[in-house]
Amino acid sequence: MSAATGTAREGLLASYEYLDSTVDTITELREKGFEEITAFAPFPEHHIEHALGYHHSPVRLFTLVGGLTGAAAGFAFTVFTSMDWPLVTGGKPIVAIPAYVIPAFEMTILFGALATVIGVLYNMRIPDLKGDVVYDPDFSSGKFGIYVTAPPEQMGTVRSILETHEPTQIQTDPKGRSHG
Amino acid sequence: MATATEKPRGAQTHPDIRSYGEVNEDILQMLSRPGKWWWVLLGMSIAGIGLLAFSWGNQIINGIGVSGLNTPVGWGAYITTFVFWVGIAHSGTLISAVLFLFRARWRQSIYRAAEAMTVFAVMTAGLYPLIHLGRVWHAYWLFPYPNQRLLWPNFASPLVWDVFAVTTYFTVSSLFFLLGLIPDIAAARDQSKVGTLRHRLYKAISFGWRGTDRQWHHFGKAYLYLAALATPLVLSVHSVVSWDFAMSIVPGWTTTIFAPYFVAGAIFSGIAMVITILVPIRKIFGLEKYLTTKHFDAMAKLCLVTGLVVFYAYLTEFFMAWYSGKPSERAVFWNRAFGSYWWATWIMLTCNGIIPIMLWFKRVRYSIPALFVITLFINIGMWFERYVIIVTSLSHEYIPFAWNVYRPSLTEMGIVIGTFGWFFFWMLLFIRLLPPVALAEIKEVLPPPMRPKKKEVAR
Repeated sequence: MSAATGTAREGLLASYEYLDSTVDTITELREKGFEEITAFAPFPEHHIEHALGYHHSPVRLFTLVGGLTGAAAGFAFTVFTSMDWPLVTGGKPIVAIPAYVIPAFEMTILFGALATVIGVLYNMRIPDLKGDVVYDPDFSSGKFGIYVTAPPEQMGTVRSILETHEPTQIQTDPKGRSHG
Repeated sequence: MATATEKPRGAQTHPDIRSYGEVNEDILQMLSRPGKWWWVLLGMSIAGIGLLAFSWGNQIINGIGVSGLNTPVGWGAYITTFVFWVGIAHSGTLISAVLFLFRARWRQSIYRAAEAMTVFAVMTAGLYPLIHLGRVWHAYWLFPYPNQRLLWPNFASPLVWDVFAVTTYFTVSSLFFLLGLIPDIAAARDQSKVGTLRHRLYKAISFGWRGTDRQWHHFGKAYLYLAALATPLVLSVHSVVSWDFAMSIVPGWTTTIFAPYFVAGAIFSGIAMVITILVPIRKIFGLEKYLTTKHFDAMAKLCLVTGLVVFYAYLTEFFMAWYSGKPSERAVFWNRAFGSYWWATWIMLTCNGIIPIMLWFKRVRYSIPALFVITLFINIGMWFERYVIIVTSLSHEYIPFAWNVYRPSLTEMGIVIGTFGWFFFWMLLFIRLLPPVALAEIKEVLPPPMRPKKKEVAR
């Protein structure tokens, strides 16, 4: 959903009080062919995600790979260190797999969780402290927001769509920033 | 889009909250006005930390001999309190992860405080292996790395498993806690005055969160995966702690029911501690709208269920000791009930088995003062449970010649009391610095604001 390179863009940021107005606006914008949309919400809202057509998140791959790496590392670590100094105690096997399941299990969880956090930060594009962003502090309190960018000649259409759904406020952004 | 079903007022989780903005106002004001009770409690916890520092300092200077630990009881009040705090830590992840997977909507109001409690309880528990070491400057020996002769630790030892389990638990529960906090810290950032120290702090630790569709999408998924990872972890951690005992051949310890018995006990004590902590927070900060009697009822039911499992385990232990016909087992359990530690055993049975019976009654579950008193008893009872398990078994092992009675010394008591100060110090700082009730997740369970219907029928 990033702005196409080479063409000038302008942006509009509309705030909405009602969830259904927000969802209807997104649906109408997408029906009319405007795909450069960022929606803001004070909490995770499934209707907005559906309206924007989200499916799976690549974070799950991070979790899976992290977990499998942890399991492999856990078993490798315990087995190789036991083999490194083979010391038979009580006639028992040197490599005690059932006992090693526990460190390996804990490392599966540990690596899986660390990879999930790295994955989610990467996919959410944060930390991002530059400050040159489109935002309104009301979005963390109770308002929903829609930021749309389009070529300057289409801004009239965009504005009329945004206005039909009774926004509380519309702010113009002459720069038209990309949708991170 | 599908219109949200309009629920009658009684069926809503928080019937008295009117708007999203109100949630931010109510919760974020907790960060601005501490009030005199907060300062009184903070003073008490700092005094507790002082007592901890003094007692531990005494032990570091004079050696572990200042504790009551000696042959045959090498694990006394320290390991008891370690297990106690690890147990307390369990309800946080249970509430935040397990109840999240089960879609229990009553968790939203309490889970942030419970998660914070988890992190701080593990931090408190983590002090005890260090205290118990005696020579704390050798603490790094706990980590799995080879010694001078390149011999690695024994990964078949439950004590090494414990290092893995507890450090993993601390890391994962902290990550879960901090990730969940990001959107709410952003809300605190947006409401704090620009330029103040607080604003700069919130700005830095909210990582530039804006609540965009992309951020919420990945955040929601990551939260689900972390919950799915934390759920087996929470069950494994107290199982591993129980195997510190159950993998040995000490009479009274060597039983297969220890893992589920300890996990149930951990959740029991943890939920009790959550209630004990939330009752004063609700009162001091006026959170009646957020922590309704329904929330306390749900927590009390969880307490009741796990309490029954624990009581059943106590009875099973006594029955199996008799039924096994082993003289050593029978002697240990006879000693528990009628020997030198009869008082500890009966405190345990009364506080964890008898008193929670009152939770069967709906009137008790809906009475906040009653719950506060009952959970205080449960907290005491659960400390004594670990004391009974650890001390009675060690003092009465296979060799009658070696039997001896352990009594905690003043230093040990000072350390045990002092760590409560340490725990509550972090808890108190937390409720002043970070939003102690999850803003975004409360909003999730409120009915969303919808466009007023054009032709509204007059009611």
